[in-house]
Amino acid sequence: MSGDSQFRTALGRARGLGSAHHGVSAFIVERSTSVALVPLCLWAVYAAIKVAPLGYESAVLMLRQPVNAIMSLLLVGVSFLHMRVGLRVVIEDYVHTPAAKILALLANSALCWLGWAVATFSILWVAFVGGPVH
Amino acid sequence: MAEATSTGKGVRTRPTSPHLQVWRWHVTMAASILTRATGIALYGGAVIAAVWFAALMVGPDAYGPVMILLGSWIGKVVMFGLTFSVFYHLAAGLRHLVWDAGSGFNPHTANMTAVGAMAFALVATLVVWALAIQTGAVR
Repeated sequence: MSGDSQFRTALGRARGLGSAHHGVSAFIVERSTSVALVPLCLWAVYAAIKVAPLGYESAVLMLRQPVNAIMSLLLVGVSFLHMRVGLRVVIEDYVHTPAAKILALLANSALCWLGWAVATFSILWVAFVGGPVH
Repeated sequence: MAEATSTGKGVRTRPTSPHLQVWRWHVTMAASILTRATGIALYGGAVIAAVWFAALMVGPDAYGPVMILLGSWIGKVVMFGLTFSVFYHLAAGLRHLVWDAGSGFNPHTANMTAVGAMAFALVATLVVWALAIQTGAVR
């Protein structure tokens, strides 16, 4: 997590080393991703309306436009990061059995990274290669 | 369990929050629960988006069925719910950012912004769906 080093003063870092030694970075990641998602999710609603009536070929052409590909990559990247830290809080609030909690946290991370990888690879594939895989 | 009962080791189980069974419902509580619920709904929405991107990569044989599913009545209900979730979670997130900046904690203000977030989400969802129907995105 980059939040810890980027947005804190040296004194703040020294003072902030509580029992967990890294608490504030999670706070900063939650906030910074939520700020980034304001324009990104508004764009997502706009793009969804634009792409919905299109057929396959036109949808591919739309995603091949650099602006749409870049916005899609940012949307997917920031969303899955925000989701990972967001659902982590929900799990920590409601799942108290250590084994179940660790499994739930791992499953959350795994699903977010998998979703991110699948979506990102698909966007890049469509943007650079175009049409169907086969 | 909210009751502090013995664990048999002489240690009482710690009380848990938020004690849904003893609290009167109020709008800020509903707003908080709705923020979490829409966040979880959007988690599902992101998975749908990932499937959509993958279908676009795989080809028309995958993209066609995905679009048919999203265009079915159950798909429309899900997309309508996700539209509301996007706008509500967006408004609730902005509300939280204002709180993080240190203001908006006055009970009257907090109640107003809670109602405002819900009203904004409802209106924005209806406007977006009206536009979507008008432009042929929803048929």
